[in-house]
Amino acid sequence: MPGSPRHSIFPISDSALTIDFGNIIDESINQQVLYLFRQLQQNPIAGMIEAVPAYSSLTIYYDLFQLRKSIPAGTTVYDWISARLQEKLEQPSIINNEETRLITIPVCYEPEFAPDIEALSRQKDIAVEEVIRIHSSGEYRVYMLGFLPGFCYLGEVDERIVVSRKPQPQPVAAGSVGIAGRQTGIYPMASPGGWQIIGRTPLKLFDAQKEQPALLMAGDRIQFTSITKNEFASY
Amino acid sequence: MDTIQDLGRYGWQHAGINPGGAMDKVSAQVANILVGNETTEAVIELHFPASAFFFEQPSLIAITGADFSATLNGEEIPGMRPVLVSKYSILQFHKAINGARAYLAVHGGLGTEPWLNSSSTHLKAEAGGYKGRILQKDDEIAFRKDVDLCPLLEKKEFEILPWKADNDWGNNHRGEIWALPGHEWNWLSDPSRQKFFEESFLITNHSDRMGYHLKGEPLCATIKEEMVSSAVSFGTVQLLPDGQLIVLMADHQTTGGYPRLAHVISVHHSRLGQMKPGDQFCFRFTDQLTAEELYIKQQQHLLQLQNACKFKLEQLLDG
Repeated sequence: MPGSPRHSIFPISDSALTIDFGNIIDESINQQVLYLFRQLQQNPIAGMIEAVPAYSSLTIYYDLFQLRKSIPAGTTVYDWISARLQEKLEQPSIINNEETRLITIPVCYEPEFAPDIEALSRQKDIAVEEVIRIHSSGEYRVYMLGFLPGFCYLGEVDERIVVSRKPQPQPVAAGSVGIAGRQTGIYPMASPGGWQIIGRTPLKLFDAQKEQPALLMAGDRIQFTSITKNEFASY
Repeated sequence: MDTIQDLGRYGWQHAGINPGGAMDKVSAQVANILVGNETTEAVIELHFPASAFFFEQPSLIAITGADFSATLNGEEIPGMRPVLVSKYSILQFHKAINGARAYLAVHGGLGTEPWLNSSSTHLKAEAGGYKGRILQKDDEIAFRKDVDLCPLLEKKEFEILPWKADNDWGNNHRGEIWALPGHEWNWLSDPSRQKFFEESFLITNHSDRMGYHLKGEPLCATIKEEMVSSAVSFGTVQLLPDGQLIVLMADHQTTGGYPRLAHVISVHHSRLGQMKPGDQFCFRFTDQLTAEELYIKQQQHLLQLQNACKFKLEQLLDG
């Protein structure tokens, strides 16, 4: 691939900037974002604090004070670091061999864990069993993590079970699996949330004591498999 | 609500773990500097009404940021000064005089277990700081280093040491918050853009360490595109669907999808962090160069203060 798709760079603070590839949920653009993210993880630009990938953008936080000391006078740190990133973006990228993990997540879709599945089934005029079959037969991509520690945004949900989020956030239990538009996701911890909850996983999506506290990472591929209440309890 | 904080937990936002850290990072750093610590050392961030502290060993402390009318064993002590405290002293806070958050540092630092390289309390992850939670009655916080300060105190209950920090950066134009224009600034209608500068905005009760909900004349966007989530920052000013604004603060989520109208410059984060519900302020735009220069100046000021305090403390401990 010669260079990267069209992008824009703009500040989101006086010490952070975003490279935006186009405000879109698209697998190949997300691959591009993660490719650049991994490159910067391995070879950080001097003065970089961290990089944060999202659906179609990568944000770089940097240390103003450290950079100011090491870059030529007469340019802002922002202009200098933008130029460095521009150089990186112009190098050819090889994203065909993206290494991804396939992870199976057990989900119990039974009513006590799925407060919104009934309403979804009525609204979409599809039997509850069919909602479960559709949700658990897809393969999803982890596009990004955000909102809560370890919360992953998965796409894309089958058109037949797409529902919009709730107007007001409600209390959601840890492990709850929700749908919002064409996204599906899992709440790693109890939290107020607006997604329509259709099941719950017994897996721990977030464990502060682990070296990698978040179970999933951007780029992972996810399958859901339906389990019974008994199986849930014995996990 | 009192928690242990430092300058934040960086390197984990890709996993949804936000940096957190002190709301007023300048005051947190100054507290450490006054007692001879590195600026990255953990401190206790206090909100009024604040906890009272019983010292089980002598200590050298400093209180910065908000003025909560502190006393040691009933006697008033000043902020922005290092204070030697004898064993069995009680530190109390009586009245919120100004500011929103006070910072308490102890010489040698607090004996916290860092989580992902930071001692900041992450309440949602229930990790970092003191057991990952807000401080409660009867908690015992260890000191990281045992320093024998008894000879210095002689027989006094406490002693205010003869150096101090000034608190006046950020105090000029107190009601003004400077910002850079955000990427969706141009989505606002012309009259709304005018209102953004002319109106003052009120910090509502619905404001905390995650963000400040502001109340003002509703602003109106002429462009209304759906936005996919992307990373957001401390100081990002977002336009909510009802036309009101939210300013993201230390415990903000890592990502968001509301239009970004402005980004408060770093040197004004502390000024914001010392505001509380009921306070009002106006926005003013500045440019990247100014924001960077002000930040560099602030950091240099802190370095100078640190060198001066270190020198004085060494003299005292050696003498």
